[in-house]
Amino acid sequence: MEMRDFVVRFAGEGGQGVVTSAEGLAQTSTQAGYHALTFATFPSQILGGPTWTQARISVDHLLSPGDDVDVLVAFNQEAYDTHKEDLRPDGVIIFNSNEFELEGDPRGFGLPVEDLARATGNNRAANMVIIGALAHLVHMPQEFLEEFVIARFTRGRAGDDEIIRSNIQALTSGREHIAESGLDLGDLAPAVRPDGQQLMLKGNEAICLGSLAAGLEVYAGYPISPATTILLWMERNLVGPGKFAYQVSSEIESITTLLGAGFAGKKAMTATAGPGFSLMSEGLGLGWIAEIPLVVVNVQRGGPATGLPTKTEQSDLMACMYPAHGDVKMPVIAVGTVEECFFGAIKAIEWAERYQGPVVLMTEMSLAERVQNIPRPDLSKVQVDARKVYTGDNGYRRYAGFELSPMPIPGGPGAYMANGSEHDDFGDTTHLPARHVQMTERRFSKIKLLEEDDYEIDRPEEAIVFMPWGGSKGPALEAYNILKEKSVPVGWCYTMYLNPLPPKLLEELKQKELVIVPELNYQGQFASILRSQGVKAEAITQYTGLPFKVRDLVNRVTEMTNSRRKEMVKA
Amino acid sequence: MSKKNPEYDFKWCPGCGDFGVRRAIEFAMIDRLEETGLPMENNVVIAGIGCSGNLVHLMEGNQPYGFHGIHGRSLPIAFGTKMARPDLNVMVVAGDGDFLSIGGEHIGPQAARNLNICAVIMDNGVYGLTKGQSSPTTKLGEITSSTPYGKIEADLNPLELYLTLGVSFIASGFSSQPRPLAELITQGMEHAGFSIVHVQSPCTTYNDTFEQLKGNVKKGIEPMLWNIPEDHDASDKAAAHDLLQQGGIPVGVLYNDESRPSLDQQVEQMWEKARPQSVEALMDAFKF
Ligand SMILES: Cc1ncc(C[n+]2csc(CCOP(=O)(O)OP(=O)(O)O)c2C)c(N)n1
Ligand code: SF4
Ligand SMILES: [Mg+2]
Repeated sequence: MEMRDFVVRFAGEGGQGVVTSAEGLAQTSTQAGYHALTFATFPSQILGGPTWTQARISVDHLLSPGDDVDVLVAFNQEAYDTHKEDLRPDGVIIFNSNEFELEGDPRGFGLPVEDLARATGNNRAANMVIIGALAHLVHMPQEFLEEFVIARFTRGRAGDDEIIRSNIQALTSGREHIAESGLDLGDLAPAVRPDGQQLMLKGNEAICLGSLAAGLEVYAGYPISPATTILLWMERNLVGPGKFAYQVSSEIESITTLLGAGFAGKKAMTATAGPGFSLMSEGLGLGWIAEIPLVVVNVQRGGPATGLPTKTEQSDLMACMYPAHGDVKMPVIAVGTVEECFFGAIKAIEWAERYQGPVVLMTEMSLAERVQNIPRPDLSKVQVDARKVYTGDNGYRRYAGFELSPMPIPGGPGAYMANGSEHDDFGDTTHLPARHVQMTERRFSKIKLLEEDDYEIDRPEEAIVFMPWGGSKGPALEAYNILKEKSVPVGWCYTMYLNPLPPKLLEELKQKELVIVPELNYQGQFASILRSQGVKAEAITQYTGLPFKVRDLVNRVTEMTNSRRKEMVKA
Repeated sequence: MSKKNPEYDFKWCPGCGDFGVRRAIEFAMIDRLEETGLPMENNVVIAGIGCSGNLVHLMEGNQPYGFHGIHGRSLPIAFGTKMARPDLNVMVVAGDGDFLSIGGEHIGPQAARNLNICAVIMDNGVYGLTKGQSSPTTKLGEITSSTPYGKIEADLNPLELYLTLGVSFIASGFSSQPRPLAELITQGMEHAGFSIVHVQSPCTTYNDTFEQLKGNVKKGIEPMLWNIPEDHDASDKAAAHDLLQQGGIPVGVLYNDESRPSLDQQVEQMWEKARPQSVEALMDAFKF
């Protein structure tokens, strides 16, 4: 039987090579021309602790990590016990027989991973033993694997040859070992190499690259999972004259640092997660009222307070759109794929400059740590409009009128007061009612500058549409494709611009009988925001700390569509 | 605010110490302008929230850039502005509540970084703007609107705190002496690193300490203020500590460590180790 994709889950203790094996498999496969996508969870402790990572390899472009596991690689008994339910009935279990013996499950095959690695003379080749075995199960040709090993370890160092040799030996022994078992999953269809160059990267890395492509100049951050990797990358790479990246002492310092830098004319960004985002509340309000461009990336995790630091959720939308006291509504972009992480970051920086204020870029743990192949972005197509800067004389009225006005930059003409108190044209504090009316309307009018035209729509004639946001896009689109195949009468809409929504899309949505929004939170936050804008929206919610399964979405959308259609007929 | 703005409705109470501090800052800025030839727009004043922070609106004449933000956060805003544009002269003006209470967490990090800005703190030992509550520098036992039975929390010695945190330039001044105070501020601005000029700036409405500060011979009140002797070696931290043990409030330059590079200088040195790469090159790291 020919398969178009297969899913492997690696489970064990932190430090046993769970993540490196999964990422190694993904890299090997993309090297061979397949598509790959990983889903990682973290152990909650520093050393050890149960953890798992899933890799899905496919002939086609991938949207989700896959519902059913074809192969479970169990590094210990607990991993088997925890994950066996997710393995499909005719799947295969590879267990590390150097760690434990799996009894009573005919699907199991013991691979003495460490012994085989040791025999190559390179203990660190253990994950190659596993990858070799996996490749055999789906008949992936050996030369693909060897190509990968050669490419990866040819680094111009003295020991390269020996490392390449031992890794290839590890692949071969894993393969030969499992061959004796007779276990087999079938033929993975041959890869169709995607056109053009591809990059293999994580969502957070795509955000880093996108923001630099947009001309980011200043970054300040405070370590917090799952946003820390952005801070570390920036400290290494946002360097050189005119650039500044720094670990500050709290998220309050992060946001206020950006305020100072944005005021001084720079493109500035920070990334954080829920707890840090909450600390930025007052600063975001200051950015809004004083009209200072800056970008805050919220890499969502789960729950309030410390919550679920290593799980995924989409529960910060309300907090991101309405983060501060006073009449404030932040522009929000929520990315749904690794590729959108790149382009969303560019857009967020551009928006901040365009309307002179704070922008929130939302992403989530599952995207942050997801490794995926994407087409290499074409930088020549990246265009970021510059901030409107004031170049006239002194005595300028920075906050005059009801609309955006050019912004003076310190050092240049037009000295003014950037003011977090309500102010007059010059920026001096005032309490006159007419001023508060003017400035409030001015601030909201600028949001119009961010209205975009583009959004995704399919089968616009349907009265019921399925519309995910953020990281639920992947599983939702995969579910939608199945629903479409089954002729379930439901259309598709998607945008990463959550505030403001593209006006044409909003018009479209208002015409619908029902907009079904899958989201990873209890309250149905986006559905509720849509309803407040006159859209008949209902949420499909999940709050397990894990992403949606495609099958669940298919079932729930089918149910909702059926019952709504019955009602429609009655009415 | 260069001329009187009829919409701006905040006024300092008659006799408020902050008038003198404003004058001193104006002196220092004009001196800088004359000395460096750099335009007034090269100066940025980042203000805290309090009666004191309103100084930024009340400056007369040629106007610098101002940022009147949120309570307690003037230091990290200044950090962002200075590190974005090290060529600017960045100054902070704030009260004792703003700087030492809600904003206290930001002093240590800037001291460790040796951020090249000058903070002028107007200490009146009270929260003026919110009408007379106790602040970290309110004296033990004092009755204020928020300590009806007397303050039971020890009062903070800010100069000792700054010295302990490693602030590299520490001066102490008095609002009634704008000229000498301007001298201290100028030195602070010229100092390549984090400088704090801590000013006794009494609140005539809620905590009028002019008499205690200056003393009153007729009433037998000894002045709290005393001038730091000219032979004090400001580069000597132990000597600075000793001065603080003598009681009262010393006036002058307490501590001045010129040996440490400022943060922007250190960042520039760091660039020698760093390898800036184009976005294309950074993307190459992910190709396969
Ligand atoms: C986050 C926050 N908390 C409280 C306040 C209210 N508030 C405004 S000024 C101030 C204290 C000011 O005292 P100080 O810094 O000593 O300034 P002064 O008025 O004495 O010059 C307080 C508590 C505020 N504006 N913001
Ligand atoms: S209340 Fe005190 S600090 Fe505030 S203006 Fe009046 S005198 Fe000055
Ligand atoms: Mg005070």
